[in-house]
Amino acid sequence: MKALEIKGLKKSFRSNFLIKKFHILKGIDLEVEKGEIYGFLGPNGAGKTTTIKCIMGLLSPDAGEVLIDGEPAATVKARQRIGFLPENPYFYDYLTAREFLLFSASLFNIPEKEARDKVAALIHRVGLSGHEDLKLRKFSKGMIQRLGLAQALVNDPDLLILDEPFSGLDPVGRKDLRTLILSLREQGKTVFFSSHILQDMELMVDRVGIILDGAIRRQGRLSEMIAHSTQYHEVVCDRISEKALARIQANFALRDGQFILTLASDADVNLVVESIIHNSGRILAVHPVKMTLEDIFFSEMTGGSYGVPTSRSNGTGEPRRPATGGKP
Amino acid sequence: MKPGIKGIAVNTFRESARNKMFYLLVFFGILFALSSKLVSFLTLGDAMKVLKDTGLAAINFFCVLIAVFTGINLVYKEIERKTVFNILSKPVSRDEFIVGKFLGLALTMLTALGAMAVIFFAFVALNGGGFDLGILLYFFMLYLELLVIVAVSLLFSSFTTPILAFIFTVSLYLIGHVMWTYNEFKNYLAIPLWRIFTQALYYLLPNLAKFNIKNEVVLGTALDPWSILFSVLYALAYVLALLALTVLIFRRREFQ
Ligand SMILES: Nc1ncnc2c1ncn2[C@@H]1O[C@H](COP(=O)(O)OP(=O)(O)OP(=O)(O)O)[C@@H](O)[C@H]1O
Ligand SMILES: [Mg+2]
Repeated sequence: MKALEIKGLKKSFRSNFLIKKFHILKGIDLEVEKGEIYGFLGPNGAGKTTTIKCIMGLLSPDAGEVLIDGEPAATVKARQRIGFLPENPYFYDYLTAREFLLFSASLFNIPEKEARDKVAALIHRVGLSGHEDLKLRKFSKGMIQRLGLAQALVNDPDLLILDEPFSGLDPVGRKDLRTLILSLREQGKTVFFSSHILQDMELMVDRVGIILDGAIRRQGRLSEMIAHSTQYHEVVCDRISEKALARIQANFALRDGQFILTLASDADVNLVVESIIHNSGRILAVHPVKMTLEDIFFSEMTGGSYGVPTSRSNGTGEPRRPATGGKP
Repeated sequence: MKPGIKGIAVNTFRESARNKMFYLLVFFGILFALSSKLVSFLTLGDAMKVLKDTGLAAINFFCVLIAVFTGINLVYKEIERKTVFNILSKPVSRDEFIVGKFLGLALTMLTALGAMAVIFFAFVALNGGGFDLGILLYFFMLYLELLVIVAVSLLFSSFTTPILAFIFTVSLYLIGHVMWTYNEFKNYLAIPLWRIFTQALYYLLPNLAKFNIKNEVVLGTALDPWSILFSVLYALAYVLALLALTVLIFRRREFQ
Protein backbone atom coordinates (compact mmCIF):
# COMPACT_ATOMS: atom_id res chain seq x y z
CA MET A 1 0.00 0.00 0.00
CA LYS A 2 1.22 3.47 -0.84
CA ALA A 3 1.73 6.07 1.84
CA LEU A 4 0.20 8.63 -0.48
CA GLU A 5 -1.48 8.17 -3.80
CA ILE A 6 -2.95 10.84 -6.03
CA LYS A 7 -4.97 9.83 -9.06
CA GLY A 8 -6.18 12.16 -11.77
CA LEU A 9 -6.39 15.16 -9.48
CA LYS A 10 -7.94 18.18 -11.16
CA LYS A 11 -8.63 21.60 -9.78
CA SER A 12 -9.76 24.82 -11.33
CA PHE A 13 -10.43 28.25 -9.95
CA ARG A 14 -13.02 30.66 -11.15
CA SER A 15 -12.23 34.28 -11.69
CA ASN A 16 -14.01 36.89 -9.63
CA PHE A 17 -16.98 37.23 -11.92
CA LEU A 18 -17.45 33.49 -12.27
CA ILE A 19 -16.90 33.82 -15.97
CA LYS A 20 -13.55 32.34 -16.72
CA LYS A 21 -12.23 29.08 -15.35
CA PHE A 22 -8.54 28.65 -14.73
CA HIS A 23 -7.46 25.03 -14.87
CA ILE A 24 -4.65 24.86 -12.39
CA LEU A 25 -4.24 21.12 -11.85
CA LYS A 26 -4.75 19.16 -15.02
CA GLY A 27 -4.69 15.62 -13.73
CA ILE A 28 -1.98 14.96 -11.19
CA ASP A 29 -0.90 11.34 -10.71
CA LEU A 30 1.72 10.45 -8.19
CA GLU A 31 2.59 7.81 -5.65
CA VAL A 32 4.68 8.02 -2.56
CA GLU A 33 6.01 4.76 -1.14
CA LYS A 34 6.11 4.09 2.56
CA GLY A 35 9.28 5.18 4.26
CA GLU A 36 10.68 7.28 1.47
CA ILE A 37 11.53 10.92 1.07
CA TYR A 38 9.67 12.30 -1.90
CA GLY A 39 10.63 15.61 -3.44
CA PHE A 40 7.87 17.53 -5.16
CA LEU A 41 9.60 19.84 -7.55
CA GLY A 42 8.27 22.53 -9.81
CA PRO A 43 8.64 26.17 -10.74
CA ASN A 44 6.59 28.97 -9.21
CA GLY A 45 2.94 28.67 -10.02
CA ALA A 46 3.18 25.06 -11.20
CA GLY A 47 0.54 23.96 -8.71
CA LYS A 48 2.50 22.47 -5.83
CA THR A 49 0.67 24.32 -3.09
CA THR A 50 -2.66 23.70 -4.77
CA THR A 51 -1.92 19.96 -4.87
CA ILE A 52 -0.89 19.96 -1.22
CA LYS A 53 -4.04 21.84 -0.21
CA CYS A 54 -6.09 19.23 -2.01
CA ILE A 55 -4.26 16.51 -0.07
CA MET A 56 -5.06 18.27 3.20
CA GLY A 57 -8.68 18.87 2.27
CA LEU A 58 -8.33 22.64 2.40
CA LEU A 59 -9.43 22.70 -1.22
CA SER A 60 -11.88 20.27 -2.71
CA PRO A 61 -10.75 18.81 -6.03
CA ASP A 62 -12.91 18.96 -9.15
CA ALA A 63 -11.97 15.40 -10.02
CA GLY A 64 -9.65 12.63 -8.96
CA GLU A 65 -8.80 11.18 -5.61
CA VAL A 66 -6.22 11.40 -2.90
CA LEU A 67 -5.53 8.31 -0.82
CA ILE A 68 -3.43 7.97 2.28
CA ASP A 69 -2.70 4.38 3.22
CA GLY A 70 -5.41 3.48 0.74
CA GLU A 71 -8.06 5.53 2.54
CA PRO A 72 -9.52 8.88 1.43
CA ALA A 73 -7.24 11.65 2.67
CA ALA A 74 -9.65 14.40 3.56
CA THR A 75 -11.03 12.82 6.69
CA VAL A 76 -10.56 13.54 10.36
CA LYS A 77 -9.26 10.02 10.85
CA ALA A 78 -6.61 10.29 8.15
CA ARG A 79 -5.34 13.55 9.62
CA GLN A 80 -4.62 11.80 12.90
CA ARG A 81 -1.47 10.32 11.35
CA ILE A 82 -0.34 13.28 9.22
CA GLY A 83 1.90 16.19 10.03
CA PHE A 84 1.49 19.27 7.85
CA LEU A 85 3.59 22.37 7.39
CA PRO A 86 1.86 25.01 5.25
CA GLU A 87 3.70 27.33 2.90
CA ASN A 88 4.76 30.55 4.65
CA PRO A 89 3.13 29.54 7.90
CA TYR A 90 1.71 32.05 10.31
CA PHE A 91 0.77 31.21 13.84
CA TYR A 92 -1.12 33.05 16.55
CA ASP A 93 1.19 35.87 17.50
CA TYR A 94 -0.28 36.23 20.98
CA LEU A 95 0.92 32.77 22.01
CA THR A 96 4.37 31.65 23.05
CA ALA A 97 6.08 28.78 21.25
CA ARG A 98 5.31 26.41 24.08
CA GLU A 99 1.66 27.48 24.31
CA PHE A 100 1.24 27.07 20.60
CA LEU A 101 2.69 23.57 20.56
CA LEU A 102 0.56 22.59 23.55
CA PHE A 103 -2.47 23.91 21.70
CA SER A 104 -1.50 21.84 18.66
CA ALA A 105 -1.08 18.78 20.87
CA SER A 106 -4.49 19.37 22.42
CA LEU A 107 -6.07 19.08 18.97
CA PHE A 108 -4.69 15.55 18.82
CA ASN A 109 -6.11 14.74 22.22
CA ILE A 110 -2.65 14.13 23.65
CA PRO A 111 -2.90 14.12 27.45
CA GLU A 112 -1.59 17.27 29.09
CA LYS A 113 1.35 15.72 30.89
CA GLU A 114 2.57 13.71 27.94
CA ALA A 115 2.13 16.77 25.74
CA ARG A 116 4.38 18.85 28.01
CA ASP A 117 7.25 16.38 27.75
CA LYS A 118 6.75 16.01 24.04
CA VAL A 119 6.69 19.75 23.44
CA ALA A 120 9.86 20.28 25.44
CA ALA A 121 11.61 17.59 23.39
CA LEU A 122 10.33 19.02 20.11
CA ILE A 123 11.47 22.54 20.93
CA HIS A 124 14.91 21.13 21.47
CA ARG A 125 14.75 19.01 18.33
CA VAL A 126 13.99 21.93 16.01
CA GLY A 127 16.57 24.13 17.69
CA LEU A 128 14.32 26.60 19.46
CA SER A 129 15.62 25.97 22.97
CA GLY A 130 15.69 29.18 24.96
CA HIS A 131 12.83 30.69 22.97
CA GLU A 132 10.00 28.56 24.29
CA ASP A 133 8.42 31.38 26.26
CA LEU A 134 8.84 34.10 23.68
CA LYS A 135 5.67 35.47 22.06
CA LEU A 136 5.46 34.40 18.43
CA ARG A 137 5.12 37.99 17.25
CA LYS A 138 8.78 38.33 18.17
CA PHE A 139 9.83 35.29 16.13
CA SER A 140 11.93 35.64 12.99
CA LYS A 141 10.91 33.94 9.77
CA GLY A 142 13.33 31.08 10.25
CA MET A 143 12.17 30.56 13.81
CA ILE A 144 8.56 30.41 12.66
CA GLN A 145 9.56 27.85 10.07
CA ARG A 146 11.21 25.73 12.77
CA LEU A 147 8.17 26.06 14.96
CA GLY A 148 6.02 25.03 12.02
CA LEU A 149 8.07 21.90 11.75
CA ALA A 150 7.67 21.20 15.44
CA GLN A 151 3.89 21.49 15.24
CA ALA A 152 3.89 19.10 12.29
CA LEU A 153 5.73 16.54 14.42
CA VAL A 154 3.65 16.89 17.55
CA ASN A 155 1.55 13.79 16.85
CA ASP A 156 4.53 11.69 15.82
CA PRO A 157 3.00 11.31 12.33
CA ASP A 158 3.64 8.51 9.84
CA LEU A 159 3.39 10.87 6.90
CA LEU A 160 4.75 14.40 6.75
CA ILE A 161 3.55 16.85 4.15
CA LEU A 162 5.79 19.88 4.03
CA ASP A 163 5.19 22.81 1.68
CA GLU A 164 8.53 24.50 1.11
CA PRO A 165 10.06 23.63 4.45
CA PHE A 166 13.40 25.10 3.46
CA SER A 167 12.15 28.58 2.72
CA GLY A 168 13.34 31.19 5.16
CA LEU A 169 16.08 29.01 6.61
CA ASP A 170 19.73 30.00 6.68
CA PRO A 171 22.41 27.47 5.63
CA VAL A 172 22.69 26.09 9.15
CA GLY A 173 18.93 25.81 9.38
CA ARG A 174 18.80 24.02 6.05
CA LYS A 175 21.40 21.55 7.13
CA ASP A 176 19.55 20.96 10.40
CA LEU A 177 16.36 20.38 8.46
CA ARG A 178 18.03 17.92 6.12
CA THR A 179 19.39 16.00 9.07
CA LEU A 180 15.98 16.03 10.67
CA ILE A 181 14.20 14.78 7.57
CA LEU A 182 16.80 12.03 7.14
CA SER A 183 16.35 11.01 10.76
CA LEU A 184 12.60 10.82 10.16
CA ARG A 185 13.19 8.40 7.34
CA GLU A 186 15.37 6.34 9.64
CA GLN A 187 12.40 6.14 11.99
CA GLY A 188 10.41 4.71 9.10
CA LYS A 189 8.38 7.82 8.37
CA THR A 190 7.36 9.05 4.96
CA VAL A 191 8.19 12.60 4.00
CA PHE A 192 6.61 14.42 1.08
CA PHE A 193 7.93 17.91 0.55
CA SER A 194 7.99 20.62 -2.07
CA SER A 195 10.99 22.79 -2.62
CA HIS A 196 12.76 25.05 -5.03
CA ILE A 197 16.15 24.41 -3.59
CA LEU A 198 17.50 21.69 -5.79
CA GLN A 199 20.66 21.13 -3.84
CA ASP A 200 18.73 20.37 -0.70
CA MET A 201 16.54 17.98 -2.57
CA GLU A 202 19.36 16.26 -4.37
CA LEU A 203 21.12 15.56 -1.13
CA MET A 204 18.36 13.54 0.40
CA VAL A 205 15.34 12.55 -1.66
CA ASP A 206 14.68 9.00 -2.75
CA ARG A 207 12.30 9.95 -5.48
CA VAL A 208 11.18 13.12 -7.16
CA GLY A 209 8.11 14.19 -9.03
CA ILE A 210 8.47 17.14 -11.34
CA ILE A 211 5.31 19.15 -11.77
CA LEU A 212 4.98 21.64 -14.57
CA ASP A 213 1.93 23.62 -15.43
CA GLY A 214 -0.42 21.46 -13.38
CA ALA A 215 0.75 18.04 -14.51
CA ILE A 216 3.47 15.63 -13.41
CA ARG A 217 6.13 15.54 -16.10
CA ARG A 218 8.48 13.05 -14.57
CA GLN A 219 8.49 10.85 -11.57
CA GLY A 220 11.06 8.40 -10.45
CA ARG A 221 14.02 7.44 -8.34
CA LEU A 222 16.48 10.24 -8.26
CA SER A 223 19.40 7.81 -8.56
CA GLU A 224 17.92 6.31 -11.73
CA MET A 225 17.08 9.65 -13.23
CA ILE A 226 20.59 10.82 -12.70
CA ALA A 227 22.24 7.56 -13.83
CA HIS A 228 20.22 7.41 -17.01
CA SER A 229 20.95 10.95 -17.85
CA THR A 230 23.76 11.67 -20.24
CA GLN A 231 27.18 12.03 -18.81
CA TYR A 232 29.77 14.18 -20.38
CA HIS A 233 33.36 15.06 -19.69
CA GLU A 234 34.98 18.28 -19.00
CA VAL A 235 38.62 18.86 -19.77
CA VAL A 236 40.33 21.98 -18.54
CA CYS A 237 43.68 22.98 -20.00
CA ASP A 238 45.76 26.07 -20.55
CA ARG A 239 46.40 25.68 -24.25
CA ILE A 240 45.10 23.69 -27.20
CA SER A 241 45.83 23.79 -30.91
CA GLU A 242 43.29 24.93 -33.44
CA LYS A 243 43.81 21.70 -35.31
CA ALA A 244 42.94 19.54 -32.38
CA LEU A 245 39.91 21.65 -31.72
CA ALA A 246 38.67 21.21 -35.21
CA ARG A 247 39.00 17.42 -35.01
CA ILE A 248 36.86 16.85 -31.98
CA GLN A 249 33.24 17.36 -31.28
CA ALA A 250 33.50 19.76 -28.38
CA ASN A 251 32.04 22.93 -27.07
CA PHE A 252 34.59 25.08 -25.50
CA ALA A 253 34.68 28.13 -23.36
CA LEU A 254 37.52 30.36 -22.37
CA ARG A 255 37.59 31.46 -18.77
CA ASP A 256 40.45 33.14 -16.92
CA GLY A 257 42.84 32.09 -19.65
CA GLN A 258 41.80 28.46 -19.38
CA PHE A 259 40.07 26.40 -21.98
CA ILE A 260 37.11 24.41 -20.78
CA LEU A 261 36.18 21.69 -23.23
CA THR A 262 32.93 19.83 -22.95
CA LEU A 263 33.03 16.42 -24.58
CA ALA A 264 29.92 14.43 -25.33
CA SER A 265 31.71 11.19 -26.04
CA ASP A 266 34.20 9.69 -23.64
CA ALA A 267 36.17 8.36 -26.57
CA ASP A 268 37.17 11.93 -27.32
CA VAL A 269 38.77 12.37 -23.94
CA ASN A 270 41.94 10.47 -24.76
CA LEU A 271 42.20 12.20 -28.07
CA VAL A 272 41.94 15.62 -26.60
CA VAL A 273 44.30 14.89 -23.76
CA GLU A 274 46.86 13.50 -26.18
CA SER A 275 46.75 16.48 -28.46
CA ILE A 276 47.04 18.89 -25.56
CA ILE A 277 50.12 17.13 -24.29
CA HIS A 278 51.46 16.96 -27.81
CA ASN A 279 51.24 20.74 -28.03
CA SER A 280 53.02 21.02 -24.68
CA GLY A 281 49.88 22.27 -23.06
CA ARG A 282 49.08 21.57 -19.46
CA ILE A 283 46.08 19.52 -18.35
CA LEU A 284 44.46 21.22 -15.41
CA ALA A 285 41.52 18.93 -14.88
CA VAL A 286 39.54 16.12 -16.40
CA HIS A 287 36.22 15.25 -14.88
CA PRO A 288 33.17 13.29 -15.82
CA VAL A 289 30.03 15.30 -15.18
CA LYS A 290 26.82 13.63 -14.22
CA MET A 291 23.48 15.24 -14.78
CA THR A 292 22.30 16.99 -11.71
CA LEU A 293 18.73 17.34 -10.63
CA GLU A 294 19.06 20.89 -11.79
CA ASP A 295 19.86 19.77 -15.30
CA ILE A 296 16.92 17.42 -15.34
CA PHE A 297 14.69 20.13 -13.99
CA PHE A 298 15.73 22.68 -16.56
CA SER A 299 15.57 20.28 -19.43
CA GLU A 300 12.00 19.43 -18.41
CA MET A 301 11.15 23.06 -18.15
CA THR A 302 12.47 23.97 -21.54
CA GLY A 303 10.83 20.91 -23.00
CA GLY A 304 14.10 19.73 -24.48
CA SER A 305 15.81 16.41 -24.07
CA TYR A 306 19.08 16.40 -22.26
CA GLY A 307 22.12 17.06 -24.23
CA VAL A 308 25.47 18.41 -23.45
CA PRO A 309 24.96 21.82 -22.00
CA THR A 310 26.71 24.51 -23.97
CA SER A 311 28.27 26.08 -20.95
CA ARG A 312 28.42 24.79 -17.42
CA SER A 313 26.92 26.59 -14.53
CA ASN A 314 29.81 27.98 -12.60
CA GLY A 315 29.21 26.27 -9.32
CA THR A 316 27.43 29.14 -7.66
CA GLY A 317 24.19 27.37 -8.34
CA GLU A 318 22.76 30.07 -10.49
CA PRO A 319 20.54 28.77 -13.24
CA ARG A 320 22.01 28.54 -16.67
CA ARG A 321 18.85 29.62 -18.37
CA PRO A 322 17.66 32.52 -16.34
CA ALA A 323 14.61 33.14 -18.52
CA THR A 324 12.84 30.14 -17.04
CA GLY A 325 13.03 31.58 -13.56
CA GLY A 326 12.84 29.78 -10.28
CA LYS A 327 13.19 30.83 -6.70
CA PRO A 328 16.85 30.91 -5.77
CA MET B 1 -16.49 17.36 24.93
CA LYS B 2 -14.41 16.63 21.88
CA PRO B 3 -10.78 17.58 22.56
CA GLY B 4 -10.62 19.72 19.46
CA ILE B 5 -13.61 21.79 20.48
CA LYS B 6 -12.19 22.38 23.92
CA GLY B 7 -8.74 23.32 22.60
CA ILE B 8 -10.20 25.78 20.10
CA ALA B 9 -12.58 27.28 22.67
CA VAL B 10 -9.78 27.81 25.18
CA ASN B 11 -7.54 29.32 22.53
CA THR B 12 -10.31 31.63 21.32
CA PHE B 13 -10.87 32.82 24.85
CA ARG B 14 -7.14 33.33 25.25
CA GLU B 15 -7.04 35.40 22.09
CA SER B 16 -9.66 37.81 23.46
CA ALA B 17 -8.09 37.80 26.89
CA ARG B 18 -4.78 38.92 25.40
CA ASN B 19 -6.32 41.70 23.38
CA LYS B 20 -5.97 45.21 24.74
CA MET B 21 -9.17 46.29 23.02
CA PHE B 22 -11.11 43.80 25.11
CA TYR B 23 -9.87 45.30 28.37
CA LEU B 24 -10.48 48.79 27.11
CA LEU B 25 -14.11 48.04 26.34
CA VAL B 26 -14.65 46.27 29.66
CA PHE B 27 -13.01 49.22 31.39
CA PHE B 28 -15.22 51.74 29.64
CA GLY B 29 -18.29 49.64 30.35
CA ILE B 30 -17.47 49.78 34.05
CA LEU B 31 -16.58 53.48 33.90
CA PHE B 32 -19.86 54.40 32.25
CA ALA B 33 -21.82 52.16 34.59
CA LEU B 34 -20.25 53.93 37.56
CA SER B 35 -20.88 57.33 36.06
CA SER B 36 -24.58 56.60 36.44
CA LYS B 37 -23.99 58.05 39.89
CA LEU B 38 -23.46 61.43 38.25
CA VAL B 39 -26.61 61.07 36.22
CA SER B 40 -28.55 60.24 39.34
CA PHE B 41 -27.42 63.53 40.88
CA LEU B 42 -28.53 65.48 37.90
CA THR B 43 -31.97 64.02 37.44
CA LEU B 44 -35.05 64.25 39.55
CA GLY B 45 -36.76 61.24 40.94
CA ASP B 46 -35.70 58.06 42.71
CA ALA B 47 -31.87 58.21 42.64
CA MET B 48 -31.47 54.42 42.97
CA LYS B 49 -33.78 53.81 40.02
CA VAL B 50 -31.89 56.24 37.83
CA LEU B 51 -28.61 54.68 38.92
CA LYS B 52 -29.76 51.19 37.99
CA ASP B 53 -31.40 52.34 34.79
CA THR B 54 -28.38 54.15 33.35
CA GLY B 55 -25.85 51.71 34.81
CA LEU B 56 -27.49 48.70 33.22
CA ALA B 57 -27.86 50.54 29.93
CA ALA B 58 -24.12 51.27 29.90
CA ILE B 59 -23.24 47.65 30.64
CA ASN B 60 -25.63 46.50 27.95
CA PHE B 61 -24.15 48.84 25.37
CA PHE B 62 -20.54 47.86 25.99
CA CYS B 63 -21.26 44.14 26.17
CA VAL B 64 -23.03 44.28 22.81
CA LEU B 65 -20.07 46.19 21.43
CA ILE B 66 -17.63 43.55 22.67
CA ALA B 67 -19.81 40.75 21.32
CA VAL B 68 -20.01 42.29 17.86
CA PHE B 69 -16.35 43.20 17.64
CA THR B 70 -14.92 39.93 18.84
CA GLY B 71 -17.50 37.92 16.89
CA ILE B 72 -16.98 39.52 13.49
CA ASN B 73 -13.22 39.20 13.58
CA LEU B 74 -12.55 35.75 14.88
CA VAL B 75 -13.18 33.37 12.02
CA TYR B 76 -12.24 35.95 9.42
CA LYS B 77 -8.86 36.50 11.00
CA GLU B 78 -8.14 32.77 11.15
CA ILE B 79 -8.84 32.45 7.44
CA GLU B 80 -7.08 35.65 6.44
CA ARG B 81 -3.93 34.82 8.36
CA LYS B 82 -4.17 31.16 7.39
CA THR B 83 -3.97 29.97 10.97
CA VAL B 84 -7.02 27.92 10.10
CA PHE B 85 -4.75 25.69 7.98
CA ASN B 86 -3.09 24.51 11.13
CA ILE B 87 -6.30 23.61 12.81
CA LEU B 88 -8.04 21.97 9.87
CA SER B 89 -4.99 19.89 9.03
CA LYS B 90 -5.27 18.32 12.46
CA PRO B 91 -7.97 15.78 13.32
CA VAL B 92 -10.55 18.50 13.85
CA SER B 93 -13.67 18.72 11.73
CA ARG B 94 -14.94 22.01 10.42
CA ASP B 95 -18.04 21.63 12.57
CA GLU B 96 -15.89 21.29 15.65
CA PHE B 97 -13.97 24.39 14.64
CA ILE B 98 -17.13 26.51 14.49
CA VAL B 99 -18.55 25.11 17.71
CA GLY B 100 -15.21 25.65 19.45
CA LYS B 101 -15.09 29.24 18.24
CA PHE B 102 -18.61 29.84 19.49
CA LEU B 103 -17.92 28.37 22.92
CA GLY B 104 -14.75 30.42 23.20
CA LEU B 105 -16.72 33.55 22.42
CA ALA B 106 -19.41 32.56 24.90
CA LEU B 107 -16.72 32.20 27.55
CA THR B 108 -15.27 35.58 26.60
CA MET B 109 -18.67 37.25 26.98
CA LEU B 110 -19.26 35.49 30.27
CA THR B 111 -16.01 36.94 31.58
CA ALA B 112 -16.72 40.44 30.32
CA LEU B 113 -20.28 40.50 31.60
CA GLY B 114 -19.26 38.77 34.82
CA ALA B 115 -16.62 41.39 35.59
CA MET B 116 -19.03 44.24 34.92
CA ALA B 117 -21.83 42.57 36.89
CA VAL B 118 -19.73 41.96 40.00
CA ILE B 119 -18.56 45.56 40.06
CA PHE B 120 -22.06 46.85 39.45
CA PHE B 121 -23.49 44.82 42.33
CA ALA B 122 -20.80 46.17 44.63
CA PHE B 123 -21.52 49.67 43.39
CA VAL B 124 -25.25 49.37 44.05
CA ALA B 125 -24.51 48.07 47.54
CA LEU B 126 -22.16 50.99 48.20
CA ASN B 127 -24.94 53.35 47.28
CA GLY B 128 -27.25 51.82 49.83
CA GLY B 129 -29.13 49.45 47.54
CA GLY B 130 -29.64 45.84 48.55
CA PHE B 131 -28.98 42.75 46.45
CA ASP B 132 -31.53 42.77 43.67
CA LEU B 133 -32.42 39.39 42.22
CA GLY B 134 -34.07 41.23 39.33
CA ILE B 135 -30.72 42.63 38.25
CA LEU B 136 -29.18 39.17 38.27
CA LEU B 137 -32.02 38.05 36.05
CA TYR B 138 -31.40 41.05 33.85
CA PHE B 139 -27.77 40.02 33.38
CA PHE B 140 -28.81 36.47 32.63
CA MET B 141 -31.19 37.65 29.92
CA LEU B 142 -28.54 40.00 28.58
CA TYR B 143 -26.16 37.04 28.36
CA LEU B 144 -28.71 35.14 26.27
CA GLU B 145 -28.96 38.09 23.95
CA LEU B 146 -25.17 38.29 23.70
CA LEU B 147 -25.04 34.63 22.73
CA VAL B 148 -27.45 35.30 19.89
CA ILE B 149 -25.41 38.32 18.76
CA VAL B 150 -22.20 36.34 18.91
CA ALA B 151 -23.74 33.55 16.83
CA VAL B 152 -25.00 36.09 14.29
CA SER B 153 -21.60 37.73 13.95
CA LEU B 154 -19.92 34.34 13.72
CA LEU B 155 -22.23 33.43 10.85
CA PHE B 156 -21.38 36.58 8.90
CA SER B 157 -17.73 36.32 9.78
CA SER B 158 -17.57 32.88 8.16
CA PHE B 159 -18.25 34.25 4.70
CA THR B 160 -17.76 38.02 4.53
CA THR B 161 -15.24 40.65 5.52
CA PRO B 162 -15.34 42.19 9.00
CA ILE B 163 -16.77 45.46 7.67
CA LEU B 164 -19.71 43.79 5.97
CA ALA B 165 -20.15 41.45 8.91
CA PHE B 166 -20.24 44.49 11.18
CA ILE B 167 -22.88 46.23 9.08
CA PHE B 168 -25.02 43.08 8.84
CA THR B 169 -24.74 42.26 12.53
CA VAL B 170 -25.53 45.77 13.69
CA SER B 171 -28.46 46.00 11.27
CA LEU B 172 -29.81 42.74 12.56
CA TYR B 173 -29.33 43.95 16.12
CA LEU B 174 -31.26 47.14 15.46
CA ILE B 175 -34.00 45.31 13.61
CA GLY B 176 -34.12 42.82 16.45
CA HIS B 177 -34.96 45.62 18.83
CA VAL B 178 -37.76 47.21 16.89
CA MET B 179 -39.47 43.95 15.96
CA TRP B 180 -42.21 44.43 18.48
CA THR B 181 -43.49 47.46 16.55
CA TYR B 182 -44.23 45.18 13.66
CA ASN B 183 -47.24 43.56 15.24
CA GLU B 184 -48.74 46.98 15.74
CA PHE B 185 -48.65 48.06 12.16
CA LYS B 186 -49.02 44.81 10.27
CA ASN B 187 -52.77 45.23 10.05
CA TYR B 188 -52.26 48.33 7.98
CA LEU B 189 -50.38 46.47 5.29
CA ALA B 190 -52.72 46.33 2.34
CA ILE B 191 -51.14 43.83 -0.01
CA PRO B 192 -51.50 40.28 1.34
CA LEU B 193 -48.33 39.03 -0.28
CA TRP B 194 -46.32 41.74 1.38
CA ARG B 195 -47.97 40.82 4.62
CA ILE B 196 -46.96 37.19 4.28
CA PHE B 197 -43.44 38.25 3.45
CA THR B 198 -43.10 40.51 6.45
CA GLN B 199 -44.74 37.93 8.64
CA ALA B 200 -42.10 35.42 7.54
CA LEU B 201 -39.36 37.92 8.27
CA TYR B 202 -40.87 38.53 11.67
CA TYR B 203 -40.39 34.90 12.59
CA LEU B 204 -37.01 34.61 10.93
CA LEU B 205 -35.24 37.61 12.40
CA PRO B 206 -34.10 37.50 16.00
CA ASN B 207 -36.52 39.16 18.37
CA LEU B 208 -33.89 40.61 20.67
CA ALA B 209 -36.28 42.97 22.46
CA LYS B 210 -37.59 39.88 24.25
CA PHE B 211 -34.37 39.71 26.24
CA ASN B 212 -34.44 43.26 27.50
CA ILE B 213 -36.20 43.28 30.85
CA LYS B 214 -34.61 46.44 32.16
CA ASN B 215 -37.83 48.39 32.64
CA GLU B 216 -39.46 45.62 34.59
CA VAL B 217 -36.36 45.16 36.75
CA VAL B 218 -35.80 48.84 37.48
CA LEU B 219 -39.44 49.66 38.08
CA GLY B 220 -39.92 46.45 40.02
CA THR B 221 -42.94 45.26 38.06
CA ALA B 222 -43.72 41.57 38.06
CA LEU B 223 -42.10 39.36 35.45
CA ASP B 224 -43.89 36.48 33.83
CA PRO B 225 -41.83 33.33 34.52
CA TRP B 226 -43.31 31.64 31.45
CA SER B 227 -42.18 34.43 29.23
CA ILE B 228 -38.67 34.14 30.72
CA LEU B 229 -38.64 30.42 30.11
CA PHE B 230 -39.83 31.01 26.59
CA SER B 231 -36.98 33.48 26.03
CA VAL B 232 -34.43 30.94 27.23
CA LEU B 233 -35.74 28.32 24.83
CA TYR B 234 -35.96 30.89 22.08
CA ALA B 235 -32.31 31.88 22.57
CA LEU B 236 -31.16 28.25 22.56
CA ALA B 237 -33.10 27.41 19.44
CA TYR B 238 -31.94 30.52 17.68
CA VAL B 239 -28.29 29.97 18.53
CA LEU B 240 -28.45 26.33 17.43
CA ALA B 241 -30.06 27.31 14.14
CA LEU B 242 -27.42 29.95 13.50
CA LEU B 243 -24.59 27.55 14.34
CA ALA B 244 -26.07 24.94 12.02
CA LEU B 245 -26.22 27.48 9.21
CA THR B 246 -22.65 28.62 9.89
CA VAL B 247 -21.43 25.03 9.85
CA LEU B 248 -23.20 24.39 6.54
CA ILE B 249 -21.51 27.40 4.99
CA PHE B 250 -18.15 26.64 6.53
CA ARG B 251 -18.14 23.01 5.39
CA ARG B 252 -18.27 24.11 1.79
CA ARG B 253 -15.60 26.74 2.12
CA GLU B 254 -12.32 26.49 0.29
CA PHE B 255 -9.14 27.90 1.71
CA GLN B 256 -6.97 29.49 -0.92
N1 LIG C 1 -7.58 31.21 -5.74
C1 LIG C 1 -6.98 31.19 -6.91
N2 LIG C 1 -7.62 31.70 -7.99
C2 LIG C 1 -7.02 31.69 -9.19
N3 LIG C 1 -5.82 31.18 -9.42
C3 LIG C 1 -5.15 30.66 -8.38
C4 LIG C 1 -5.68 30.63 -7.08
N4 LIG C 1 -4.79 30.05 -6.26
C5 LIG C 1 -3.73 29.73 -7.02
N5 LIG C 1 -3.94 30.10 -8.30
C6 LIG C 1 -3.02 29.90 -9.41
O1 LIG C 1 -2.66 28.56 -9.44
C7 LIG C 1 -1.33 28.41 -9.89
C8 LIG C 1 -0.61 27.46 -8.96
O2 LIG C 1 -0.46 28.03 -7.70
P1 LIG C 1 0.31 27.29 -6.54
O3 LIG C 1 0.25 28.17 -5.35
O4 LIG C 1 -0.21 25.92 -6.42
O5 LIG C 1 1.78 27.25 -7.12
P2 LIG C 1 3.10 26.68 -6.47
O6 LIG C 1 3.58 25.58 -7.35
O7 LIG C 1 2.91 26.36 -5.05
O8 LIG C 1 4.07 27.92 -6.63
P3 LIG C 1 5.18 28.50 -5.64
O9 LIG C 1 6.42 27.77 -5.96
O10 LIG C 1 5.30 29.93 -6.04
O11 LIG C 1 4.73 28.33 -4.24
C9 LIG C 1 -0.75 29.80 -9.94
O12 LIG C 1 -0.66 30.17 -11.29
C10 LIG C 1 -1.74 30.66 -9.24
O13 LIG C 1 -1.81 31.92 -9.84
MG1 LIG D 1 3.62 27.04 -3.33
